[in-house]
Amino acid sequence: MLKNDTHIGSPRSRVDGPAKVTGKATYAAEFATPDLAHAYIVGSSVARGKITGIDVAAAGAVPGVIKIFTHENRPRTAWLSFRHKTIVGPPGRPFRPLYSDEIQYSGQPIVLVVAESFDVARHAASLVKVAYEQHPHETDLGRARSDSYEPPRRRLGIAPPPKPRGDAAKAYDEAAVRVSAEYTIATEHHNPMEPHATTVIWEGGGKLTVHDKTQGVQSSQAYVARVFGLSSDDVRVISPYVGGGFGSGLRPQHQLFLAVMASLALERSVRLELTRQQMFSHVHRPETINVLSLGADQDGKLTSIQHHALAATSRFEDHQEVVVNWSGLLYPAENVDLRYELAKLDTASPGDMRAPGAPLGVFALESAMDELAIAAGIDPIELRLRNYAERDENDDKPFTSKALRACYSEGAERFGWSRRDPKPGSMREGRELIGWGMASGVWDANMMKTSARAVLGADGKLAISCATSDIGTGTYTILTQIAADALGLAMDDVTVALGDSSLPTSPVQGGSWTAASAGSAVMAACQSLRETLVKHAGKIDGSPLVGAGIDDVAFAGGRIMMRLDASRSLSLADAVAAAGGSVEAEESAGPGLLGLMLPKSHSSYTHAAVFAEVRIDQDLGVLRVTRIVSAVAAGRILNPKTARSQIIGGVVWGIGMALHEETLTDHRLGRIMNHSFAEYHVPANADIHDIEVIFVEEHDDKTSPIGVKGLGEIGIVGTAAAIANAVHHATGNRIRSLPITIDKILADAV
Amino acid sequence: MSVHRDLPARAIVGTQTVTIAIALNGERRSLKVSPATTLLDLLRHDLALTGTKKGCDHGQCGACTVIIDGQRINSCLQLAVMQDGKAITTIEGLSPDGALHPLQAAFIERDAFQCGYCTPGQICSGVALIAEGRATSREEIREHMSGNICRCGAYPNIVDAIEDVLVQRGQLMKETVE
Repeated sequence: MLKNDTHIGSPRSRVDGPAKVTGKATYAAEFATPDLAHAYIVGSSVARGKITGIDVAAAGAVPGVIKIFTHENRPRTAWLSFRHKTIVGPPGRPFRPLYSDEIQYSGQPIVLVVAESFDVARHAASLVKVAYEQHPHETDLGRARSDSYEPPRRRLGIAPPPKPRGDAAKAYDEAAVRVSAEYTIATEHHNPMEPHATTVIWEGGGKLTVHDKTQGVQSSQAYVARVFGLSSDDVRVISPYVGGGFGSGLRPQHQLFLAVMASLALERSVRLELTRQQMFSHVHRPETINVLSLGADQDGKLTSIQHHALAATSRFEDHQEVVVNWSGLLYPAENVDLRYELAKLDTASPGDMRAPGAPLGVFALESAMDELAIAAGIDPIELRLRNYAERDENDDKPFTSKALRACYSEGAERFGWSRRDPKPGSMREGRELIGWGMASGVWDANMMKTSARAVLGADGKLAISCATSDIGTGTYTILTQIAADALGLAMDDVTVALGDSSLPTSPVQGGSWTAASAGSAVMAACQSLRETLVKHAGKIDGSPLVGAGIDDVAFAGGRIMMRLDASRSLSLADAVAAAGGSVEAEESAGPGLLGLMLPKSHSSYTHAAVFAEVRIDQDLGVLRVTRIVSAVAAGRILNPKTARSQIIGGVVWGIGMALHEETLTDHRLGRIMNHSFAEYHVPANADIHDIEVIFVEEHDDKTSPIGVKGLGEIGIVGTAAAIANAVHHATGNRIRSLPITIDKILADAV
Repeated sequence: MSVHRDLPARAIVGTQTVTIAIALNGERRSLKVSPATTLLDLLRHDLALTGTKKGCDHGQCGACTVIIDGQRINSCLQLAVMQDGKAITTIEGLSPDGALHPLQAAFIERDAFQCGYCTPGQICSGVALIAEGRATSREEIREHMSGNICRCGAYPNIVDAIEDVLVQRGQLMKETVE
């Protein structure tokens, strides 16, 4: 990085803050245009079967209804399912809305009512009558489990389990200390606060401007062009603000298809916004069952790790996540056997949800490590230190950096771990049982090829642009910091434009890779600007910078100055004028040499140690998480203020996973029962108490050019396990199925 | 390109409309509204005041919170026709002259939001809570702000922001953490 950083590494308030606190930030369903039509979805009320008839007479008779689309009258679109695929999608046949009379899951969109107003569309949709031929369905993973299989085709970017090492079953049988159990995690739904929505502006001449709730405007653009046979020049996707994603906006969702279909057919602008109930009709985190067995010697040194996971997927796609690999990564053992299987259910396809796979597998692993610590009579942190992985044994590579030891020690110190009495039920206050638990967390640190543009104008203002999104992650702000430091400007002199498909190429925002990727691209574009400016500055007659190279100068306070003699300097404005009035650069950054995908010589991960305190009412079983300390090793922290918020958010998600979140299905009907915020519980303000975030020092010069490893996911990964371990410490009862609801606490109470 | 402007109020269901007079963000407005239209949809669809957010349309998330005659209320649970004679403040009305309300400034300073979608509702709820004068501790702020869900999980920072304003106004002593 540059030597004169003033913004990078310092706490800075969000640059998009004023727009967000005044209501001026505009989300996908909020772009208006005259003559806007409103669409509303009717979903299937059965889980599997065929549509035998749709009666739209009453709905069509409502004044203000413009058109009712079903599979029988939908416009022609791409027939081939591969055209509906995107890079994020798993193997299989992607869901195609209104494609045929086949019902694949309950809630599947089967009718689209378009009307002059939202009220009319909603009312008319309630009058649509659908007749079905019902077929037997399966939504219960417990029953589908017997038909599990290894996914025959890998999902792009998802590492399959590594090959077995040694003989894990034999080593387990011979181990001095053993634990083996089944750990389950319920289905969860993302539920970003902003429901999925798309506003399509019909621009005339076959051109569309699309405001889509997405984590990738260029992904939505390519999807629309491919599916509807349009030129990508005719489709522009603009989504400057996204009201939360958490993975739900990684793939184009069905509201995008339906809104564009209606707009093209009617040749007018259309808006389609899902209801909160309909937010349970597409993507979700799959229910997952882990069977985990650990064997160790008397000193707690692991000799055998067996982790077999079974995850739900839809009947039509093999959604895959990395669930079990973490068990071969976090701790070394000579004998390791990791397996990952799927079972098909009649549901929508699952999808990536914050740290996909990791909190599922790590909940099992870190619960089992806690059980092993107790069986071996070793402190849980000490057990992890005795089994500290110095190398990635899955891939047989060294780590780019790994400061997990510091996470354990600094987290334990801040939490007061040394005051813990290891005996379960030993710490209580009045009617409250107190439990202290801890767990490790781990997530990929990745960088993806990304481009950015930087334009410095004669007014000294710097404009940065990139097609990536800020889904609440702070991307606008950290890119502003990086650019301001690169050219020695105040943050107010920098503007950042994101979320527009016409801007320089970026992958979807996800996987915790955006800060490293877009940040490095902006840094590269600014570096290119610096070189151009210095070159031109040196050519000015009588320039104080004559003969200076890029390494001889510093950019600060709106000036370019000699590093060794600050009295020799030139204003940026003069340099820009010398360069012709404005300077522009577009650059890419990516992993490996020259941004090419090369086999990596190192493995790169972020790590965390999470410490949790729970208090449980001894009679009522009411559980509160009163304290969390999350110590994180994630390389360079660009903005401690927004970084802390990212981790707090991840921890809140971990608390939700541990205590609240559970999508409940009535398996007789194959329908979700709690599809609302009243019954699908996410943490509310009163559920969240003290959360302390520590960023431990970690230098990493291999993951990304700017030393960043990413923060979006690591906050959630170990949190649920730490809470479950704390619950055991408080009560002596081991609860191995999430969420830990009061009924489970009371059922296990003796 | 899309336009984003104050559209004229219009009848949206059937032919029957009711005329209401309200004070909206300090401005007297006479509006023809359909009996079926919620206050939330009136604001978002007909008046282009999209700062008020729709998160659930069922009074379960608080994203649509506005202040009606000093009370914080989920605008999705209010029909527009019920508002005749009422004074309504939305997020757009909290900084009429461009200067941020102290709680808006505190939200920025404390990083009390991420995606920003629940934020207008949180702020309207917080402004009314401060006016109610009944939050005297962080615990009470948490309890009284629990009608507003933040899926990004900015809760500790939301409590910090509200606490700051309460302290500024002398309504609360700053709690010190051990």
